[in-house]
Amino acid sequence: MMRYVDLHAHMVSRTTDDYVRMALTGCVAVTEPAFWAGWDRSSADGFEDYFRHLTDFEPKRAAVYGIRHFAWLCLNPKEGEDRALAREVLRRIPRFLENPTVLGIGEIGLNKITRNEIATFRDHVELALEHDQLIHIHTPHLEDKYKGTRTIVDILTEYDRIEPSRVMIDHAEEHTLPIILENGFWTGLTLYPQTKVSPERAIDMFERYGTERICVASACDWGPSLPDAVPHFALAMRRRGHDAALIDGIIYGNPIAFLGQSPKFDLSAAPIGTAATAMPRSESDAKTAAGVAAA
Amino acid sequence: MQPGVIPSPKTGRELVDEYFIENRNRLLEIAAFLDRLDRTDASLVDRDFRVRAFRDAIKLLESRPAAGEPQTRVERIQHLMSDPTTEPLEKLDTKGARGAYDRWQLGVA
Repeated sequence: MMRYVDLHAHMVSRTTDDYVRMALTGCVAVTEPAFWAGWDRSSADGFEDYFRHLTDFEPKRAAVYGIRHFAWLCLNPKEGEDRALAREVLRRIPRFLENPTVLGIGEIGLNKITRNEIATFRDHVELALEHDQLIHIHTPHLEDKYKGTRTIVDILTEYDRIEPSRVMIDHAEEHTLPIILENGFWTGLTLYPQTKVSPERAIDMFERYGTERICVASACDWGPSLPDAVPHFALAMRRRGHDAALIDGIIYGNPIAFLGQSPKFDLSAAPIGTAATAMPRSESDAKTAAGVAAA
Repeated sequence: MQPGVIPSPKTGRELVDEYFIENRNRLLEIAAFLDRLDRTDASLVDRDFRVRAFRDAIKLLESRPAAGEPQTRVERIQHLMSDPTTEPLEKLDTKGARGAYDRWQLGVA
């Protein structure tokens, strides 16, 4: 039976059918970075509700299908231009970091590489350092990816306190992967049907650079994306002739090696909200679980 | 190009046997896209930076990287499409990306 961890999945945008597809194809855990909803949130209260969704409801929904759900929190790069909003959201994040399923700060980063975006990115980095959190970073899209990745790496290497092995710089492509790896960071290849990286190109990069500090993920969200992109990648690897141990190392071993740096990332425990969890539930929790199960 | 860290399990002949048909299809899709543009407005290549970038990228497909050339075809196309500047923008202009950088200052037709 294939097993995998999808290190980047925006499950708030996906249906329960997608959780079923992921469970049936061997997904044991997902980690969900906070991201842009496709529209700008109007207030810090909107972000706070989103963080409650990520840390309370979504782990329970995933648990119904036997999948562990973990989260990363931030104000995403697409909304980083609004400095006043960013400061207020950042002020509210620390209390959520105590949650048992929050692994760190993310997905922070840059979108169009403006001065305000850079200031907001630096604020997030400093918040992560202050609270000893792992960091998950989004790199910009398409024509902005190279400049954005270069800028992010330059900023991070200014900080003496950053351990590159505790930072994931995601959405790498052929022209940005070497910059990230050469500086000691982890990176991710995003398996998208139209942009970013196809399974075939991802395999080419593994063949060229090896498997150390490189993960693959679906980054499934509200746009064109596949919640079972990781098993599709595994299938493409087999078609290319690669063996099961190599595939398992990439889709299961590598994300665990990175995420396991957080003591909260423990796959041995039963998912929160399952029958095996002996935690008493409040009435509202029970309603949530019942609602999820009914769905 | 440098040899890979993980050797390809398939020989060159086996890669062609396995992947020729689907890549032939991709080639025809690109040809059909260009034919479609020509039918509607053949001057777009001079008036729309995305079409100019696309045409210039196609030229790179057939030029095999020289010995010692560090960039592959994919990387050369990615750099052709990328913003080469290094200074941050003073303020946000638009949230979205368009797929290519307008290095010719052509704008969109």
